[in-house]
Amino acid sequence: MTTVQSIITIAVVVLGTLTTRFLPFLIFPENKKPPKYITYLGAVLPFAVIGLLVVFCLKEAVFTKLHGLPEAIAILFIVLLHKWKKNTLLSIAGGTILYMVLVQTVFA
Amino acid sequence: MKTKALKAALPYTLPICVGFLFLGMSYGFLMRSKGFSFTYPMLMSFFIFAGSMEFVTVNLLLSAFNPLYAFFLALMVNARHLFYGISMLHKYRNTGWKKPYLIYGMCDESFTINCTVTPPEDVDKGWFMFFVTMLNQIYWVAGATLGGLLGYVIHFDTTGIEFVMTALFVVMFINQWEESKSDLVRREIKGIRLTSRHISALIGLGCSALCLVIFGSKDFILPAMALIILTFTAVRKRFESLEVKEETINERIEAEVEE
Repeated sequence: MTTVQSIITIAVVVLGTLTTRFLPFLIFPENKKPPKYITYLGAVLPFAVIGLLVVFCLKEAVFTKLHGLPEAIAILFIVLLHKWKKNTLLSIAGGTILYMVLVQTVFA
Repeated sequence: MKTKALKAALPYTLPICVGFLFLGMSYGFLMRSKGFSFTYPMLMSFFIFAGSMEFVTVNLLLSAFNPLYAFFLALMVNARHLFYGISMLHKYRNTGWKKPYLIYGMCDESFTINCTVTPPEDVDKGWFMFFVTMLNQIYWVAGATLGGLLGYVIHFDTTGIEFVMTALFVVMFINQWEESKSDLVRREIKGIRLTSRHISALIGLGCSALCLVIFGSKDFILPAMALIILTFTAVRKRFESLEVKEETINERIEAEVEE
């Protein structure tokens, strides 16, 4: 990707993000109630999107020759660590470090 | 008036300061390790100011140029903001020139504070929300920039560091899952209690995994988004009618507990 293409990509992402933030205020000015379908999606979508993002992160790994084995080990570790310590930052750091060690040594 | 609001806002943002510095630094460091100058994480964290999407954008910048796809991805990943916005329509009223900034800087954390915290009576609400939003953005941009700069100084084998994004989303998934346990009881399947949020999370995971298998890693996102929305539209009636049953079940359980 050239620098110009990178800038366009970032600009488009900024535009997309701005759209999601400003749209409700533009469509529903001052106390106009949003339709029920929208509030319904508002209640359920955030939970689904995290699932989508997890799959998004693993999209390449699944099709490699290890079929996501190091990822699976690290995720399992994160789940256990998080159940145990319930510390978001610790779980993220611990999982990432374990994954880096795995792909640099065992699965190198 | 301003200092009072700043003093009221600061304590609420301190826990976020720690998290944002850490995550922002990982993000900046990740970008540097992928060969980007520190100005990328600095400017991206400032202008996009949506953590998840910034991590996703690293992938976008490393793959083939496709602005339309990038736009839709940004819409979907950030779709939750639409609903934050709907919740904040009332709260952000009468904030004058601060309103556009409050909307622009409405990340998950600022939303959470501004939505749930009511500042003391003698503190101006507009300024309070303004400082919450601004402080959080400062932490995030500072973290990302610092991480990018550290990337020049610290050198070690960074293979696998991109997993920080996966780890972040996995932890967010678990947090959501655990919080949902306190929800109304939806169904008991073989002793496992599932709430509507659990089902929502599983719909997201399931639809995405299915589309990944069918469409492959390059083209699965848009079909996955469509399938998720279609699924929610299809089950809407059942979701809403069950919600009522859920309440009665819950009342019954509570009654049993009391007995």
